[in-house]
Amino acid sequence: MSKIKAENVNVYYGSKQALFDVSIDIAEKEVTALIGPSGCGKSTFLRCLNRMNDVIEICKVEGSIKMDNLELNSRKLDVVRLRENVGMVFQKPNPFPKTIYENVAYGPTIHGIAQSKEEMDQIVETSLKKAALWNEVKDRLDEIGTGLSGGQQQRLCIARAISVSPEVILMDEPCSALDPIATAQIEELIDDLKKEVTIVIVTHSMSQAARVSQKTGFFHLGKLIEFGPTDKIFKNPDNQQTQDYITGRFG
Amino acid sequence: MNSFKKNLLKKRYNAERRFQWYGKIAIGLALSFLAVFMFQIFSKGYSAFQKTWIVTEVHYDKELLLIDAESPSKDDLENADYYDVAYKAMTSLDPGLPEEEDRQLIQMVSYKYEAEVKDLLLKNPDYLGKIVPIKLTASDDVDQVHKGNYPRDIPEQNRRVNDYQLQIYDMLNERGDILSEFNISFFTSPDSREAELAGIASSFMGTVFSILVCLAFSFPVAVLAAIYLEEFAPKNKFTDFIEVNINNLAAVPSIVFGLLGLGVLLAVFNLPRSTPLVGGITLSLMTLPTIIIAARASLKAVPPSIREAALAMGASNMQTTMHHTVPLSMPGTLSGTIIGLAQALGETAPLILIGMVAFVNTIPGTPVDPAASLPVQIYIWSESAERGFVEKVSACIMVLLAFLILMNLAAQIVRHKFEKKWS
Repeated sequence: MSKIKAENVNVYYGSKQALFDVSIDIAEKEVTALIGPSGCGKSTFLRCLNRMNDVIEICKVEGSIKMDNLELNSRKLDVVRLRENVGMVFQKPNPFPKTIYENVAYGPTIHGIAQSKEEMDQIVETSLKKAALWNEVKDRLDEIGTGLSGGQQQRLCIARAISVSPEVILMDEPCSALDPIATAQIEELIDDLKKEVTIVIVTHSMSQAARVSQKTGFFHLGKLIEFGPTDKIFKNPDNQQTQDYITGRFG
Repeated sequence: MNSFKKNLLKKRYNAERRFQWYGKIAIGLALSFLAVFMFQIFSKGYSAFQKTWIVTEVHYDKELLLIDAESPSKDDLENADYYDVAYKAMTSLDPGLPEEEDRQLIQMVSYKYEAEVKDLLLKNPDYLGKIVPIKLTASDDVDQVHKGNYPRDIPEQNRRVNDYQLQIYDMLNERGDILSEFNISFFTSPDSREAELAGIASSFMGTVFSILVCLAFSFPVAVLAAIYLEEFAPKNKFTDFIEVNINNLAAVPSIVFGLLGLGVLLAVFNLPRSTPLVGGITLSLMTLPTIIIAARASLKAVPPSIREAALAMGASNMQTTMHHTVPLSMPGTLSGTIIGLAQALGETAPLILIGMVAFVNTIPGTPVDPAASLPVQIYIWSESAERGFVEKVSACIMVLLAFLILMNLAAQIVRHKFEKKWS
């Protein structure tokens, strides 16, 4: 079942066009990986899905992106509500320089999700458990989040993103700053999360895409070259460019 | 290695060594200037923290005090006539002196000696009718003689202390009746025309009130302006224009702000002249651009990833700014503010223009009472002819420097203690 349906999305940074007529169907409760060489527009597309491109003044988005029939690319859309439903994890772990507890509790606080302190404690605990971080930090929730190791910080960011129970989580190269062990933990986590959440992940690692995703889209020079089941893309792609990229002949 | 390469290498090392020496010489020069400056101020000023007293005996004679009551009340003592008692206390130092020469002895103590005689009795009512020792503030000339600042070898007619007075001074000094004690009244008294009585209480309070008023006006305005410009305002030609002008404002000479204070605050709004209120507002015009620039710089220094994290969690622009960016930028903003205030602390020109240069011999209790300020007090005293004010100028500079050093220290502490470390 389709969760997000993008049709003919064009994105411009000033006079430079970054995305050309991208159309894609992202299925619910699956992991969709977006791959492609640097500067191909995959991150730009990802940021269209929670309107983070709004931050960049010169950025202009055209086309239609629908999530459950709600038009995302509309002036009338309440971005605060959208971002409550579409969480995001960034390339570099960026916990707030506050305590671990405050990091996770921030979203529920501003969206008024918890009614009481007990409920908030519960949300923090569940989120940290889902992010496989609870056992490591349960005794030091009042320590500063930026004091954790890189992998722990990234899992804290994931806990923060899932604390408001979003329907979709966007991940922008979440493992590029992490070592292989931390990467493996995050990948395991993604696998668990997809039971409840739709995940879109941008990655530079072909093997990561192959391991975690069910669908893969290959971007090149702002165009979506090929999109399909991960197995097919990696074993038997239709397009010669995809074949070349996956086998490492360019990119 | 051939000789050409060897030579080149040698040249490079020599150039580096020379450069390091230039740097060391520059630092040495700067430090020696500072040392000379500090030595000058301290060697001249330290004696101002000592006060010279003349000890004599006073007889609280009921008849001379014109007290009739058997057991006089506090009011009786308050209203008694101390003129003769005080006069006698001084003239008793040399009973042989003819009456018409008495003034020479009276001149050796401050003109407030009568009040000092009165205060002692009011504090100790049981002294009535007794002969007790009393400490009287020495006049500034005797004070300077005692501190060794007054040459004794110049001709008598060129001296403010004549030979007879020196003789009395030497006699008292031998008896141990000249005391030197820590000068508390320098900190507790307002300005005075008499050097021995002048203190910095009025100007110190004036400075404190001016700085508080300056902080109250400039900090909120500057921080709000900085937050709006940095976080909300669209980047266009108009905001660029504002930014250029804020930077220009920081370079405007302070006297111009003084003229503005004079022309607008005093002439148009009719605020009370010579007050810390007007002084503080005038100074806040100067401090404003400094704080705006510091606040914007520290807002800029907050990593964009923190803003992105908050926005992606669904925080509004306002929440992102207030929950994350502003708290993280506060250490930088605060230390910038303190440095701006420290600059304002040393400003003299604008305060002179708005009338804070007036002679004020009361201690201000509120920002709307007339007051001087420390730098202006230095200026006023440095214009005074009396020898006694020379050490006061240096002492006042020392107090001002201590104030400045404390504020800069506070800025350092704020910056280091509260600055967040990024991963």
